[in-house]
Amino acid sequence: MTNGGYVLAGYTIVFGTLIGYTVRILLRGRSLSKQLPPEDRRWM
Amino acid sequence: MIPEHTGSRATRIIGALTLAGFAVVLVLALVVSPPDQVQGDAARLIYLHVPVAIAMNLGFGLNALGSAMWLWKKSRWWDTLAVSAAEVGLVFTALTLVTGMIWGRPTWGVYWTWDARLTSFSLLFLMYLGYLVVRRLPADLEVRNRRSAFVALLSFVDVPIVYFSVTWWRSLHQSATISLNTTISGSMLFTLFVSMAVFVACFAWLLLHRFRVAWLEDEVETKGLDLAISERRAEALVVP
Amino acid sequence: MLHDTVFRDAAVIAGKDLRLEWRSRVTTNQIAPFALLVLILFAFALDPDRGILARATAGLFWVAVLFSGLLALQRAFAIEAADGNRDGLRLSGLDPAGIFLGKAGAVALELLVLELVLGAGVVLMYGTTFRSWLLLVVTCVVATTGVAAAGSLYGVLAAGLRVRETLLPLLLLPILAPVLLGATRSFEAALAGAPSDGWPWVELLAAFAAIYVAFGVLAFGSLLEES
Repeated sequence: MTNGGYVLAGYTIVFGTLIGYTVRILLRGRSLSKQLPPEDRRWM
Repeated sequence: MIPEHTGSRATRIIGALTLAGFAVVLVLALVVSPPDQVQGDAARLIYLHVPVAIAMNLGFGLNALGSAMWLWKKSRWWDTLAVSAAEVGLVFTALTLVTGMIWGRPTWGVYWTWDARLTSFSLLFLMYLGYLVVRRLPADLEVRNRRSAFVALLSFVDVPIVYFSVTWWRSLHQSATISLNTTISGSMLFTLFVSMAVFVACFAWLLLHRFRVAWLEDEVETKGLDLAISERRAEALVVP
Repeated sequence: MLHDTVFRDAAVIAGKDLRLEWRSRVTTNQIAPFALLVLILFAFALDPDRGILARATAGLFWVAVLFSGLLALQRAFAIEAADGNRDGLRLSGLDPAGIFLGKAGAVALELLVLELVLGAGVVLMYGTTFRSWLLLVVTCVVATTGVAAAGSLYGVLAAGLRVRETLLPLLLLPILAPVLLGATRSFEAALAGAPSDGWPWVELLAAFAAIYVAFGVLAFGSLLEES
């Protein structure tokens, strides 16, 4: 594969960033949920 | 039983589809589709670059819509949409810039060129970074929402002017940009479309979760004080 | 939606700000010297003997205008933040659109004075010659209107905040990027190129100014409300 390094770097950065951001959001959602009584844990 | 997380049936379905979609995209983009005749394998980065740019545009479009609707309806729902769309959009802007730069190195020989789109995106990135900074300043919710809605709209009306001026500037000074080959083969086009759909799904999934997180943040902010007080009271009752 | 009192209110506010400036001499004694200092620093950064300075004059001029203009804007809204002046302004019964036009007008006037000083500095120190007076003057007026209008909107947004000194440049400079671009290209055309190349950029600057003036007239009341 020509320019394999660049392709690999691009795919790693994109999916790495998305995974990292996902984990951050999910953890933040969990910790916030724990701070609220069950009846307030709704979004709408 | 009310769950202690931001998932729901909808997000689980979209999430599963997104994950399966990413597997398909990886196979299509890295194995099935042929290398480009001009750009070689660097063209495989386009399967990421264009879809993340689309997700970025969705994010900023929804941010402007949410901000305008908040000013009109003053409803919390729209404000939450605006801030979550901006943050998810900003992540995709960063990815657009990075993939554009990585693609530029083998194609143009440099990471950064003053290409019209790269330049406008970098300004856009900084504008919405400022938006999120304003968003985090401590203030009453109403004040914060109005302030950030205005920052969002002031940035949004600038976007076409930025894009137009930068494009004009570059077209005057640059002799010839390397033009992309316009004949794109069938399997490459198919891969691109699949990738776009999957990244839009990924955007929707992130947006749903981020929306719920933002909602809970405001909930904690407003209820937090009451909660802390009642906890202290409960402690006082336990200790004799 | 514009009442005929709007311009009278604008004149009241602009008069107040300009009187304050005239008495405190901040623009003439601090900001204008700073602008000249920037011109001298550019000469150190870009070797004047190799002609870089002469070729970059238009851009350097506008960068100096933007940076010293930021100081003028900070100043224009810092005076409203102190001693609850903002509440006074809100309760004054003046039309918010008039307040906006007055603030922006005063800032624009200060910027034009700065541009005059900088222009003299550039001509004397960088040895600039130019071909079209008209294009230069029109570019200055139109670009300054845009900078003052957008700057006043962000100025009032940031005025009440503790972090305003650092926040205002971050918010404002990306927005003003097209103004820097357009004004620089237009100046280049007026200095050394064909003046006819500059007029389309003036149109772009005019569109920018029109958008932000309209935004301010419509939204300033709501922006002034928050504290």
